[in-house]
Amino acid sequence: MSEKIPAKQRLRDVVDSVYRAAWEAKERGEPVGWSSSKFPAEIPETLGLAVTYPENQAAGIAAKHGGQRLCEYAEGLGYSNDICGYARISLAYAAGAEADERPMPQPDFVLCCNNICNCMIKWYEAIARMHNIPLIMIDVPYNNTVDVPEARVAYVRAQFEDAIAQLEELTGRTWSNERFKEVCANANRSASAWLKACGYCSVKPSPLNGFDLFNHMADIVTARCKPETAEAFEQLAAEYEEGVAKGESTWHYDENYRIMFEGIPCWPELQALFKPLKDSGANTVAVVYAPAFGFQYTDVDDMARAYCRAPNSVCIEAGTAWRADLCKENQVDGILVHYNRSCKPWSGYMLEMERRWHDQLGVPVVGFDGDQADPRNFSEAQYQTRVQGLAELMAANKAAGGQGK
Amino acid sequence: MLFLGIDIGSAVSKCVITDETEAIRGKGLSPGGAGTGGPQAAVAMALADAGAAAGDIAATVATGYGRNLAAAADSTMSELSCHAAGAVKLYPGVRTVIDIGGQDAKVLSITPAGKLDSFIMNDKCAAGTGRFLEEMSRVLAVPIDEMADVAGRAAHELQISSTCVVFAETEVISRMAEGAAVGDVLAGIFAAIAARVGALAKRKGVVPEVVMTGGVAKNEGMRRALERELGTPIHVDPLAQYAGALGAALFASQSGL
Repeated sequence: MSEKIPAKQRLRDVVDSVYRAAWEAKERGEPVGWSSSKFPAEIPETLGLAVTYPENQAAGIAAKHGGQRLCEYAEGLGYSNDICGYARISLAYAAGAEADERPMPQPDFVLCCNNICNCMIKWYEAIARMHNIPLIMIDVPYNNTVDVPEARVAYVRAQFEDAIAQLEELTGRTWSNERFKEVCANANRSASAWLKACGYCSVKPSPLNGFDLFNHMADIVTARCKPETAEAFEQLAAEYEEGVAKGESTWHYDENYRIMFEGIPCWPELQALFKPLKDSGANTVAVVYAPAFGFQYTDVDDMARAYCRAPNSVCIEAGTAWRADLCKENQVDGILVHYNRSCKPWSGYMLEMERRWHDQLGVPVVGFDGDQADPRNFSEAQYQTRVQGLAELMAANKAAGGQGK
Repeated sequence: MLFLGIDIGSAVSKCVITDETEAIRGKGLSPGGAGTGGPQAAVAMALADAGAAAGDIAATVATGYGRNLAAAADSTMSELSCHAAGAVKLYPGVRTVIDIGGQDAKVLSITPAGKLDSFIMNDKCAAGTGRFLEEMSRVLAVPIDEMADVAGRAAHELQISSTCVVFAETEVISRMAEGAAVGDVLAGIFAAIAARVGALAKRKGVVPEVVMTGGVAKNEGMRRALERELGTPIHVDPLAQYAGALGAALFASQSGL
């Protein structure tokens, strides 16, 4: 009997197959797209287009310590080092820099949705100009209200239709509503299984470490419309369920404290991030970045609504409540906030969110400087001091008999 | 029974020895922080000051950026908890601690019960820290311990916009080339640091009584500038520079070793 392949490996294989499919499409002479992470993937998937994801590529390159090399390459082209590290890595690669860490074919069109950030627009415009290729844009305005107004739903939905028409014309493919339904069903199934897997963080002790979810995000970003992704996430959730039953966890250390890690990880410094957490027994049991990619919807309008609710496109009230609810459900003792130099929209409103969490949740909130891709913006010694300080505050709270409000 | 607290900073090492009544029995301070002979020298001074030998120490806690390099320590505590504990011991009514060290600045909120509630630290940049003052001392050729007197004689406080060491050096040199008085430039430097650290403190919320700890606390010019910035008196204990080491010694005595 053949040994069962662990979900972790299946998920890795799915992502590899996305990149492999893009290379194969390129070899066949078919157009290959580059897509922002929260562009409605259902559209290119329905049309059967091979698409890769620069943000995922950049994270992979950064995690394999190629981030600084490509950031410096982009800076040499004239891009400021104040720009997002993912953007610099991607622009460097688009301009011809080598990246053996995660190579992917150069694009024939780009798909941009600014629900993840507005830097994305200029980043993709630059790639489109560099390669003289079409840019297909879906504009999602910032939501200054908790609910998404119907006029905005109509605006975004109309852009879905426009993007489909542009892609049909560009690629010669024909849209099929029947296929679209299948793709949406796959996407919802993946999201459901992904959210179920993320939900196991609420079990005490947790059968997983939140950093696992960061590692599995590549699938929900690059392959959420594929049935094999849904199956792998369902297996992942089943493995966590089994872990709960057996009292096992992917976190092999004491769970003295349960924390929320806020923001994107410093991919080049995962070991440095992990070490003081491990040393103090602080398990990450809440991360908003991972479940934020679990889009679930009932119809096309609802799909437009779902794509309006990305972490950087919701108002501070919604963003604060989103995370505070997660902290309560997952019973966190403290919050560690990454002031990400690459992500101004995300980090900019953290100071106010921190104040609100401290008041609402009664748990210590500590921040540190870092970067999702550029290791020059991270200081390990400063990080260690802050994490130790957080652990000491959590210890004092526990000794006083409290776990927040 | 004696307890040793070692605070290994980026520039200076400090030690305090306390007894079981939490009374200070000895202290030592030596230039040289992590990776130098400073910590050993400071320990030797503290032992000599206490009239004790190494074998008399029941427990040792290390703090500061070099805390993990202190092989003799039984455990480590962050300088956040240690400065809080030390400041509360030196000034029991304290609610806000501002610590400016060699390469960082921190603001600690203390509960009415004298416990650390929360903290905030400078970002990765060392602007507005002791290192900045050291650089300005070098550029202006004014020893650090004379800076406050020279600034105190300023006729005008020049505006220094930069707190980045590199940019500030350029700006200061330009001001000097324009014929500005050294005292006026220094007053501007203190005001610039006070504005940066003050912004950090305001973000956390400044609740009196306010106490300053760390090496920069000894600088009267810096204290006055921060008082002006925050609009509240700031207390500086003669042992302010030892606050972290004192806190570490107190944690050593509570460790039950």
